[in-house]
Amino acid sequence: MRHITLNKHMKAVLHRFIFFIGIFCFVTACETDDTQTVATFNDLVWEDNFDVDGAPDPQKWAFDIGDGSAEGIPGWGNEELQYYTDRTENVTVQNGFLLITAQEENFNGSSYTSARLKTEGILEQAYGRFEARMRLPFGQGYWPAFWLLGNNCDENPWPACGEIDIMEYVGDEPTVVLGSVHGPGYSGGDAISKDFELENDRFDTGFHVFGIEWTPEYINYYVDDTLYQTLTPEDIAEETDDEGEWIFDRPFYIVLNLAIGGELPGSPNSETIFPQTMLVDYVRVYRNRIVN
Amino acid sequence: MKNNTNTHWGKLLFLGLGMVGVLSCERDFSDEVQFATFSVNGEIYTDDPVGLTDEFFESFDPEEGYDTDAFDTTSDEAYEGSASIRIDVPSADNPNGFQVGGIFRDRGDGRNLTQFDALTFWLKGSTTATVAEFGFGTDFDTTDPFAVKLTNVRLTTNWEKVIIPIPDPSKLTQERGLFSFIAGSLSTGGAGYTFWIDELRFEKLGTIGQPRPSILGGNNSQFPSIVGQTLNIAPLRQTFNLGSGRNQTVQLAPSYFDFMTSNPSVAVVNDLGQLTVVGLGSAEITAAITGVLAEGGVLVESSETAQIISLFSDLFTDVPVDNFNGFFVGSTTQGGAFDENDNPFLDVDGNHIIRYTNLNFVSINFFSEENRINASEMTNLSLQIRVDEAVDPDDFIRLELNNFLNGQETGSSFTIPSTELMAGEWVTFDIPLSDFQGLTDRSGLGLLFFVTDGTIANISVDNIFFSVQ
Repeated sequence: MRHITLNKHMKAVLHRFIFFIGIFCFVTACETDDTQTVATFNDLVWEDNFDVDGAPDPQKWAFDIGDGSAEGIPGWGNEELQYYTDRTENVTVQNGFLLITAQEENFNGSSYTSARLKTEGILEQAYGRFEARMRLPFGQGYWPAFWLLGNNCDENPWPACGEIDIMEYVGDEPTVVLGSVHGPGYSGGDAISKDFELENDRFDTGFHVFGIEWTPEYINYYVDDTLYQTLTPEDIAEETDDEGEWIFDRPFYIVLNLAIGGELPGSPNSETIFPQTMLVDYVRVYRNRIVN
Repeated sequence: MKNNTNTHWGKLLFLGLGMVGVLSCERDFSDEVQFATFSVNGEIYTDDPVGLTDEFFESFDPEEGYDTDAFDTTSDEAYEGSASIRIDVPSADNPNGFQVGGIFRDRGDGRNLTQFDALTFWLKGSTTATVAEFGFGTDFDTTDPFAVKLTNVRLTTNWEKVIIPIPDPSKLTQERGLFSFIAGSLSTGGAGYTFWIDELRFEKLGTIGQPRPSILGGNNSQFPSIVGQTLNIAPLRQTFNLGSGRNQTVQLAPSYFDFMTSNPSVAVVNDLGQLTVVGLGSAEITAAITGVLAEGGVLVESSETAQIISLFSDLFTDVPVDNFNGFFVGSTTQGGAFDENDNPFLDVDGNHIIRYTNLNFVSINFFSEENRINASEMTNLSLQIRVDEAVDPDDFIRLELNNFLNGQETGSSFTIPSTELMAGEWVTFDIPLSDFQGLTDRSGLGLLFFVTDGTIANISVDNIFFSVQ
């Protein structure tokens, strides 16, 4: 497991008063050089704060339903065990939160049910800041994710259409999330990916903001206010021995889902607790007038 | 209203003046008077004991087989720094004692541990073995109201960190019992071994989550009782999810729990977990820690005529039986057989249960003259069964009660079908004795059979008692 390195450049000789004026923090990622561009995306273009109880707003969200068989990828391409529905038992908005609940039940040949929401055909954007404030479930087999998928996967099948995983997490590692990109030559187990481990906290006991800032030159990955990974076209070339290319210059749409089982987390075990709910406080998309 | 408001302001003003007075007084004598503030230091042992009594290690009673010489420190091994605690667990035949155990106490009046969420230390063994327990909250002076124990801790030959979560740190405002342990050689077949402890301290990890308390092993127990009856609610446990993703279950003292009764005129529970039946009727007993409801509960149903004859339970005083597996000819059943009636199987962390494996038939035997049960006045047989494998449609468990009258043994049976059994879940059965086919006289009950004919090979059984309902 790779850890982020936080270098606090602070001169020991600084006078106490200067200490109060400011501390400069530089965040270093192992893959790239020490300097990073921190863009500001403050032009809010799309958001859902989940303020209206009931089913998710159909003007903002569509659903993937089933076990992937209808799409020709049973288990959604990852041997996942759940059947996605849009029933209230699996997805609803309450008290300002989107609730995606995984149930252990026999349903249309699957042993679990859950939900997967997407903005395909609704919000599709290249570049910008994508963020969500979420609280995750825990226990082996839980595999929640907040991610982006290229909007041309129908004509240009995955992984060629590209995938940006803003947050992936497995329930038996409650302090760790993953940020990744998938593309031709670097997909599935060969995705370009980095862990972020919370110190003195976990992802299932409180809310955390997962975000990326995406420009033609880089994708920056954040947890709360910590930048833990920068991926550039050069990184992708380097990680794939010049085989893979940067394909992140077209509109992508958002996917929010809670998978059960599958290749990454493994199956739930006897200690895994069902049902459990993933809470989403908000999802927001910003753009920057320069790059958008 | 206006007058009242004025009065309050007047009182507040008076209080304020009083506080100013107190504050200014304190300044006068604070150089000489030490107010009672308890240390917030979490360190217990790093390379030296930190703030412990001069004895450092205080052994449990040597009369109970504790070897007081098995404790030492060494500079030959250390996880960090230059020294560690060395425990030489004695062999079973050691004349000075067959086990080692004791406590570390704060040398002052206790410590304020409210800012921590776990006791942690690094542990290494000379061999792989299982240490009976580690914990804190035992101090030899009090009733140990906030004791916590982690049992059956696996030793490996590498340094590994042990994390014992604090169920509710806000309770630990003045704790003297900083560490406790017990180790023997059960897991090594009687052979002695060594383990080392280093970097022992209370810590604020922040990565412990999902507390799930339970009482009575998470079972919902139901029992008839008479007014005045008391029983201890046990076992008490709490499961946490550690930062590693692993679940950790500790045993804890009753004072961590808030016990609740649905009807205080029928049953009450004190903060030592002692339930007392105080009136006629029914009452549901539940418990919570820091607002998290515990799994499990007790439904008390008291009446003037309630009587219990308990064969095996944690709730009641059991009657003596001959054994829990007679190994009859033709029986393949393992488990449940004990030389001593008071030595049943232990569940993973202290709950007593009976566990049978490779079951075709087995019986709890109480047919020796002195152990036979006169259940003539009893009306029901209660028990809990957990099937420790998948339940198939053809599965069954047939209960058979055999009675001995004038030298004649007669059998009777009641069959539980598969539809009433659950894999991995405790199911409570409350069976009228009149439902046992062939049970006419029950003045000399001596055998309770569990018969599956091999359809179910693995079961656990608990809380077996006769009652009047």
